[in-house]
Parts: sequence; C-alpha cells; structure tokens
Amino acid sequence: MKVLVAVKRVVDYNVKVRVKADNSGVDLANVKMSMNPFCEIAVEEAVRLKEKGVASEIVVVSVGPATAQEQLRTALALGADRAILVEVADELNSLAVAKALKAVVDKEQPQLVILGKQAIDSDNNQTGQMLAALTGYAQGTFASKVELAGDKVNVTREIDGGLQTVALNLPAIVTTDLRLNEPRYASLPNIMKAKKKPLETVTPDALGVSIASTTKTLKVEAPAARSAGIKVKSVAELVEKLKNEAKVI
Amino acid sequence: MTILVVAEHENGAVAPATLNTVAAAAKIGGDIHVLVAGANVGGVAESAAKIAGVAKVLVADNAAYAHALPENVAPLIVELAKGYSHVLAPATTNGKNILPRVAALLDVDQISEIISVESADTFKRPIYAGNAIATVQSSAAVKVITVRTTGFDAVAAEGGSAAVEAVAAAHDAGKSTFVGEELAKSDRPELTAAKIVVSGGRGMGNGDNFKHLYSLADKLGAAVGASRAAVDAGFVPNDMQVGQTGKIVAPQLYIAVGISGAIQHLAGMKDSKVIVAINKDEEAPIFQVADYGLVADLFEAVPELEKLV
Repeated sequence: MKVLVAVKRVVDYNVKVRVKADNSGVDLANVKMSMNPFCEIAVEEAVRLKEKGVASEIVVVSVGPATAQEQLRTALALGADRAILVEVADELNSLAVAKALKAVVDKEQPQLVILGKQAIDSDNNQTGQMLAALTGYAQGTFASKVELAGDKVNVTREIDGGLQTVALNLPAIVTTDLRLNEPRYASLPNIMKAKKKPLETVTPDALGVSIASTTKTLKVEAPAARSAGIKVKSVAELVEKLKNEAKVI
Repeated sequence: MTILVVAEHENGAVAPATLNTVAAAAKIGGDIHVLVAGANVGGVAESAAKIAGVAKVLVADNAAYAHALPENVAPLIVELAKGYSHVLAPATTNGKNILPRVAALLDVDQISEIISVESADTFKRPIYAGNAIATVQSSAAVKVITVRTTGFDAVAAEGGSAAVEAVAAAHDAGKSTFVGEELAKSDRPELTAAKIVVSGGRGMGNGDNFKHLYSLADKLGAAVGASRAAVDAGFVPNDMQVGQTGKIVAPQLYIAVGISGAIQHLAGMKDSKVIVAINKDEEAPIFQVADYGLVADLFEAVPELEKLV
C-alpha cells in the first residue's frame, strides 16, 4: 500500500515570534525553521506502517518555498522513499494547499494520506479535512491510534469528551494528534542516504492548480500584553488577595 | 444577511459552546438560524428554539447524522449553505472536523477560531499559538467560520421562541462508520465553561498527586486541567489538556500548579481574568503572566490553600 505524507516547513516551536513593525506579518528573517511537529508525527506513523509491512512505499510532499526541501530531506532521512515539492513563493491558504495536494493524490493514487492536524504557525486545522472533501475520501482527524483492518482503517480520535473510534473505507485521510506516536531522530547515515533519494519539484501551474484565495490578511498585531503581576509570600496572603483584591473566590 | 449556526449538542442537550457561537453571529448581525443535525434530536431542537436571538431552528433528524460523521453532515450543511451569508460553528472538535470539509465543498477558505467580529466580512483570529493576532477579510459568497467560544459571552439559553422546521435531506456517504467512544466521566464543571480552573503540570510528579488538585477544585467548584507534560507523562487523560493543541479556556481564575508555562500552554489560558502560579522555580516563565505568583512547594501550598479558601 502506498502512503502519502504531507509536511510543512514552519517556525521552530520553541521560537517566540515577533510581529513586524509595519503589522504586515511576523518576522521570520533569521529565525530557526523546522518541520511542523504534527507533520513529524505523520511521517513517523507512515514509517511504522512500512516497518509493519503494511505500507510498501512512502511519498512525502510539501507545498511551500524552495527551502522546504530541507524538511523533505529530513522526512527522507526518517524513512520516506521519495519526495515531491510543490514550489510556491508565498504562504498559501489551506484550501490552495489542499488543492495542490489533491493534484498530487490524483497522480500518486495513495491508499492512505497522513497529515498533521494543524500547522503551529497558521493554527488553521483545515488542510486534511479540505483534502478529504476534494478527494471525496473519508477523514479520521486528530488521530491518536491508526489500525489498518482489511479494506478499512480504524482511527481512534481525540474528541472534547475523550476518545472516539471510527472505521473509514480506504482510501482515506488521517490527521495526527500529538499522542499518536513519539517521532524518532534521523541518524547520520540515514541523513547521508537521504541525499541520494529522489526529490521532484513541480509548480502549481504544472499541476493545473489555482491558488486564488477568498481571504486576505489585513494586518497582524501583537496580542495585548498582560501587566506584570506580583509575588506573594504565603498562601494566606494569596487567599487574602484573591478574596479582597481580585474578588474571584 | 442570514447566518446559519451549526449547533453543538451532546446527550440530548444543546452544548454551551452553541450559545457563544450564537453570540458571535449576533455581532455579525442579521437573522440567525440554528441547524441541529443528529439522530433523535427533537429535544435538542426544542431547547435550541429557546435560545435568545434565534429566528429559526432547522432539524435534520436522521440516523446518518448520529455522532456527527463529517462525511455525512458536511454535504447536509453544504446543501443548506447556499441560502446563507455565513455558516458558523463553535471551534470544538466537531466544528473543526466538519467545517473545513464544508468550506472546501463550497470552494471557499475557512476562517478558524475567530475571537472578534470587526464587521460582517472582517474578523480577528490568533496565529502562532496566540503570539500574534491576524485581522482577516473574506470575500467569499458564503463565509465559513469557526468561533473560539472563549472570545464571546454566551447568549441566554432561555427567552427565545424560534420556529422549528424539519429538513428532509438525508446524506449517507457510506464511507465511514462509528465504532465506539470512551468518554471521561467527571462531576466537576466542564473545563471550557468553568469559572475557575485548577491545572497541574509535570511538577505534580505522578497521577496520584492530582488528588490534591481534585480536592482543591471541589472546594472551589472548579474544573481541573493539565499541561501537555502531565498528559504525556500519563498523569491524566488527554481531554484535560489546556493549550494550543488542547482546550482553550478563559475562566475568571486560573490556578497553574507545577506548570512551567511553555508557549504552547500559555496559548490555551492567557486570556484568563486572573492567573495564579504556584511553582518552586522562581524563574519559571509562568510567573511572567501570573497576576499572583507564589514560589513554594506545591505539596505544602496546595493543601494549605484548600484549608484557607
């Protein structure tokens, strides 16, 4: 079975981002970039399926700038077989990314597509669901467990009240939650080997994908800062402040 | 303008998140219709009709809509959406699961987790784990939006008298089936709606020690949350996680116990009215957002706090 995994290059999760002075966006110049943490989990899950003998080939795809090749190489070092970069200069909305991924799905015909549940930059949590809509496939979002069973995949999902399990007909789309697995590190020999694995670059035009959007960002601002609080010396003082000053208990 | 709000419901009742979503719809302005989709949801529709400000309730009562499988519910919403200017749902796991599928089928962008309405086509939403606020404008014919419930005060659950209308449409894609669910049982208030939240982190040491927080919470009438570290360490189930990838809370009082305050955790609680941090590490980042900080061993401070409140 062929598995397609989508990965995104984003600002590293430990970086505290700063908003640009002209409010046009956040400043990403000279900031550390990494693979989106949820995408790492998606790659790891695909590699585990291959190790179990369920998946035969893992194709990793990114829709992003030329520099996203770094993240694709990382995925190859972790165990993906080949990579596709749909190269675009600007940050795209989720729908445009989903359309580009749909074109890749049409070409590659994977049985399972795994994505992260959300990118930690845009925090949209949309692309997997949109890809499922465009392909007409079933979706298993926020997955904490994925089990192939014949021509179906059982997905345990993290929902507000606990966990829910659904059975999806294949081909299907799965988006990963944090607890699906613990991603491995790439070893140096695997990083060297990954340099020789195939990486194909295509443009949205070549895929026949429109990246037009119905949403535009007018401005980006820093959130209102919380004023600095005080340190109390004892529990008694804390309770006194909460009762008389903050009046919350 | 007419706005369709997709109701969140559970156990035959309208979920509180629906009331916050109706409040967001009221800020946009225009008639508000509520869609109740599910199996045996007559009672839910009746209570939805009482929500203040709702003009009409549409009920799609069909076995195919049980458990809100997006493959079945999204086509229903798409069919109804044609007559509306906006489709809104709360940014609960159901809303997040279904609405992007609806948007893609309508060929429009979806706008996630709005925290304010600037005008009928302009909204604010947090990005980068809440470290930046984007103002976005939509030119879509139907604006498909999820609402961060903590950004809007709930409307009254009583006082309205909307007409209830059945929707005949039945969509069963036959692509997915519900297998089962495991819901965490709790007598404490629901985390996202609680006025007081007591949360524990890695500093709790183990799951058993959470009993200190449970008994403090019971005395305060509070809900109990957790950081990702506490969930990953297996101290508590994941539906208690507060943060960028867990639940977003904005209670009157948030008490963070043994939580360092990573960016991802702050994203889920920094809009709380008053934040209290109890941590023995005085350099912990949580103290930068805490209104009241106490540098102390939580195993002494929490029982003493419970005694004094």
